[in-house]
Amino acid sequence: MSGHALARTASSIRVEAVTKSFERGVPALDAVTLDVEAGEFFTLLGPSGCGKTTLLRVLAGLEEPDTGRVEIGGRSMAGVPPHRRSVNTVFQSYALFPHRNVRQNIGFGLEMQGVPGAEIAERSQAIAGLTGIGTLLERDVAQLSGGQRQRVALARALVNEPDVLLLDEPLSALDAGLRAHLQLELKRLQRRLGMTFVFVTHDQEEAMVMSDRIAVLNAGRIAQVDTPQGVYEAPADLFVARFMGHENFVPIRQRDATGVDTAIGRLDGDFAAGSHLLLRPEAIRLDSDARQVPNRFMARVSERLYRGGTTEYRLDCGDIQLMASCANRGQPGHEVGETVEVGVSDRGTATLSD
Amino acid sequence: MLFTVAPGALFILVFLVLPSVYLVGMAFLSSGPYGLPTLPLSLQSFRELAGFGFLGWSPGNLYTLIRSVWQTLLATALVILLAYPAAYYISTRPARWRPLMLLAIVVPSWTNQVIRSVGWMNIFAPGTPVSDLAALLGLTAPQMGLFPSQFAVIVGLVYNFLPFMVLPLYAAFERLDTEQVEAARDLFASPVAVFRHAVFPQTLPGLMAGIVLVAIPAFGMYVVTELLGGGKATMIGNLVARQFAQASNWPLGAAGAMIMIAVTLIGLKVLRDLGRRLSGDREVVL
Repeated sequence: MSGHALARTASSIRVEAVTKSFERGVPALDAVTLDVEAGEFFTLLGPSGCGKTTLLRVLAGLEEPDTGRVEIGGRSMAGVPPHRRSVNTVFQSYALFPHRNVRQNIGFGLEMQGVPGAEIAERSQAIAGLTGIGTLLERDVAQLSGGQRQRVALARALVNEPDVLLLDEPLSALDAGLRAHLQLELKRLQRRLGMTFVFVTHDQEEAMVMSDRIAVLNAGRIAQVDTPQGVYEAPADLFVARFMGHENFVPIRQRDATGVDTAIGRLDGDFAAGSHLLLRPEAIRLDSDARQVPNRFMARVSERLYRGGTTEYRLDCGDIQLMASCANRGQPGHEVGETVEVGVSDRGTATLSD
Repeated sequence: MLFTVAPGALFILVFLVLPSVYLVGMAFLSSGPYGLPTLPLSLQSFRELAGFGFLGWSPGNLYTLIRSVWQTLLATALVILLAYPAAYYISTRPARWRPLMLLAIVVPSWTNQVIRSVGWMNIFAPGTPVSDLAALLGLTAPQMGLFPSQFAVIVGLVYNFLPFMVLPLYAAFERLDTEQVEAARDLFASPVAVFRHAVFPQTLPGLMAGIVLVAIPAFGMYVVTELLGGGKATMIGNLVARQFAQASNWPLGAAGAMIMIAVTLIGLKVLRDLGRRLSGDREVVL
């Protein structure tokens, strides 16, 4: 594959106060504003019904926003139909054309643009090689496995060298192993092509592994836009924290210059204002580790989950349950029922509001 | 095994195989004094059908056959043109309206074909507003009316068979994979190209089923042509019926029926090949 064939300038995206409502009920998108940089791997993350797919469809031109504006590459997309946008989509169900074979599926977009047959053949072959389906070109779509279909859908979009590639949960139909493999492959491909990718998923781990930045959506609004680390370690609110998989939330009773009073006791340190303290499970230390940090208290192990590289402990601290994740470095584990010393520092915590 | 297959096989034997054998046999017999088939075996009926009579050769029957094929094709094409948008439109309405709209299309076909054809006679007869309008526009001679005519026959055929095209097309539209349509739009297909590449292939099985349901009975149509054509647009169905009912020449009627079956089979073969070509060399499963 000659890389230069795809070296087209990537485009930035600007979404400004976009609102979109369907027939009845709450708006699918509520005054959404965000900027995606050129060449960025940008992920829209959220639970089903949060509006992420609607936003993707607005970018593709398959939905018109009720109000607000969308710019792609500095150009307003108002009234521009999908077939006149240099934007292509990898659909969740792949949406391959069953009456066309793999080669004809990949070449469809070029055919519609009136590209000469010889060039279509050449570019289809090249992109098929890049996406690992070079030997499947004459197959019928019905003969392909799920992973192969996913690659065809990707190749069918990429061959057009769009300014922006939109991906609507493209990996959700695949089994876990293949999924992890394709996550890496897709990430590498994006870096290599330097293309702007907007990726939709409801899987926070997938989002963190792949993205440069993540926008977390909640009920049609943007809850937070940040790097994976920012979204995970400093979630903007309880919704984002819960969605990123956190479960250690401790209500804050009072805050002063030197620390906070909480449901698990007094914690010294520099904490920001908020209603809840978030303790990341990997930042909770037990026993000998705990003695290196200032805030310590006792807890009882109520459950233990061995995960290979780490062991998870569910700890009862009065009314509050905490989850601690400890790296397995050869130290003896703790038994269920054992009382352990727990240590918490202001690093590895965040304060949240509802 | 025997007990499960036997009833069906018996049914087919009694109601399909035996009558067909009887019909084929009859076609190769001679016509007796009262038109009933008698020995000896002969090809007389086929000679007559081909136009060889007492007065030498005449092209009348050949014209009837060609007219039958032509009127069937024309009516089917018009039915397709009307049914595609109708089926699409119904499939995009709110779910609670769809059954009602389908019912509105189907209900007229519950009325007897004769009565509906008489209805069209009354609409197209000389002196009706429709006929006057046609005369005013110079489409017909004054006082001629639109009935009886080939035009009236085509209208009658289209009207009769429209539901049989709308229903299978509607079924196809209802389970249309809209993501394929969106994928085509996303991949630079213009609205026409979207229909050609994403909608048409998906509705092709429905279309083929509709063509079978419309063209075969239209080709054998008797009532509509008899009533609305006034002898100007007779089809092979009328020719066959006349041999059994009026002319009393059963062997000739049987031979005509065989020609109908042969033409229908050829038509099905052409349709199947056409379907394969339209769907990229794949078999279209109805």
